[in-house]
Amino acid sequence: MTAHDTSDIAMAAPDVAALDAPATPANNPARPIRRLPVQKDWPAWAILTVQIGILIGAVAAWEIAARIGAIDAFFWSQPSAIYRTFIIFLTTGDAWTDIGFTFRSTIFGFLIGTTVGSLLGLSFWWSRNYAAIVQPYIICFESLPKLALAPLVILVFGLGLASKVAIATALTLVVSALTTFAGVKALDPDGEKLFYSLGATRWQVFHKLVVPFCLPWIISVLRVNIGLALTGAVVGEFIASQHGLGRQILYAGQTYDIALVWVAVFALSTLAVVMYVTVSWIESVLRKGVKQ
Amino acid sequence: MTFKTPTGVFHALAPVTLAISQGRFVSLIGPSGCGKSTIFNIVAGLLEPTGGRVLIDGVDATATIGRVGYMLQKDLLLPWRTVLDNAILGMEIQGVPLRAARERALPLLQRHGLSGFEYLYPNSLSGGMRQRAALLRTLLFDTDVILLDEPFGALDAQTKLQMQEWLLRLWADFGKTVVFVTHDIEEAIYLSDEVHVMATRPGRIIEAIPVPIARPRPRIVRLTPEFIAIKERCLELLMVDSHAPLNAAA
Repeated sequence: MTAHDTSDIAMAAPDVAALDAPATPANNPARPIRRLPVQKDWPAWAILTVQIGILIGAVAAWEIAARIGAIDAFFWSQPSAIYRTFIIFLTTGDAWTDIGFTFRSTIFGFLIGTTVGSLLGLSFWWSRNYAAIVQPYIICFESLPKLALAPLVILVFGLGLASKVAIATALTLVVSALTTFAGVKALDPDGEKLFYSLGATRWQVFHKLVVPFCLPWIISVLRVNIGLALTGAVVGEFIASQHGLGRQILYAGQTYDIALVWVAVFALSTLAVVMYVTVSWIESVLRKGVKQ
Repeated sequence: MTFKTPTGVFHALAPVTLAISQGRFVSLIGPSGCGKSTIFNIVAGLLEPTGGRVLIDGVDATATIGRVGYMLQKDLLLPWRTVLDNAILGMEIQGVPLRAARERALPLLQRHGLSGFEYLYPNSLSGGMRQRAALLRTLLFDTDVILLDEPFGALDAQTKLQMQEWLLRLWADFGKTVVFVTHDIEEAIYLSDEVHVMATRPGRIIEAIPVPIARPRPRIVRLTPEFIAIKERCLELLMVDSHAPLNAAA
């Protein structure tokens, strides 16, 4: 008996269908009734309340666990101690020098890496030969663990800001270049054809077609580059530095001042958030011109 | 306008001579791969012919760009520019100041069915509207000759009819020489003064059929015996060509 026969009989005589049910479950008359799953969206304030609740809950749990001895406050520190250290950190010593140092190296590295990287990626449009020659080197440089070269960079650029900026730049530059080049490769040759049919020069094609076309690619790297620039700056300070939050973290870790490690980490994440918000704003401004 | 385009190596085109007098509307029809687009690319200067020349007003324009308006199959509107700024692209590239270009383009867009769309971005336009914008961009480039490569190929049947009538009004307004490529025999006859039927392997023009139907042509002109006779002739020529390779293969 074929499946088709069964279904015919199933409609005519339910008993037979019931007999056949294990073989052809699709024809089972007792099929469960299912409805389309629908998710209800919570209002924004409810989401925010829960988010804040989780944060408060986590901090409270941490504090309580440390006080009753469930976790070792020596290794993990505890929120109240972190808060006290935070106040001391801000009011005494050169906290602002450290914060300013790390912020500067991150932002310079981010700006230089992204700008030079994007320009490098765009430059590949000008000559296919040049792109073919340079591309393997770029990919090599990409796969290279650049942080492993950090000690060398410190030797060359010194203990100051320059070496941190250099590491942050190295990390961001390649990603920007490769992503922008991906944009260049995605360019529709017919678009260029249109421009040339209108008698355009190469420069006109470049700045009226190639640059605006690649802008979404360039923008998409900005967020990734925030994290990379921050990593580069902090690792540079880990290796050798006189200032910076990275140096502060290293120093605090070596002296078992775990609360200070946390304070510095929170300062870094604040910087990351500030840059993220700024980049989102830049993005919205740029995208207004590239309304897709 | 005269041009001769024998292309070598792949023999995309056999020696072809196409002479089009000023202000005429001429169509090229033929099977895929008969070299219609190759001819266009050569005339637009985007492809250097292995032999032959392109003459515009008796002046050699072989392999020089920016001499003719060329509308490719895709509308290729820039998504980051408004309709108006897309339309002035040609003038902008030729160095016309932006303000002057916009002032010239705006009334034309409004007169030719894009009123209310001037400041919108292309992605909010329908297919027909996008083609209008692309065509006006081609016209505003201000050359005597414009090449249209299947501009209505992707449109639905009704929009296509509207666009054909719109194009004829536009052509009457601007008085340009138009070379039109299409797969649609009816479209070619309806629009043109002359239909050139092409054949493939190698690409060549096998016959030029004049269309002596008076203008303006109403929609129902398609049902007149005169129109149908021309259509039959075109079909005959295209069918002969499409059967020949099949028989040869068998």
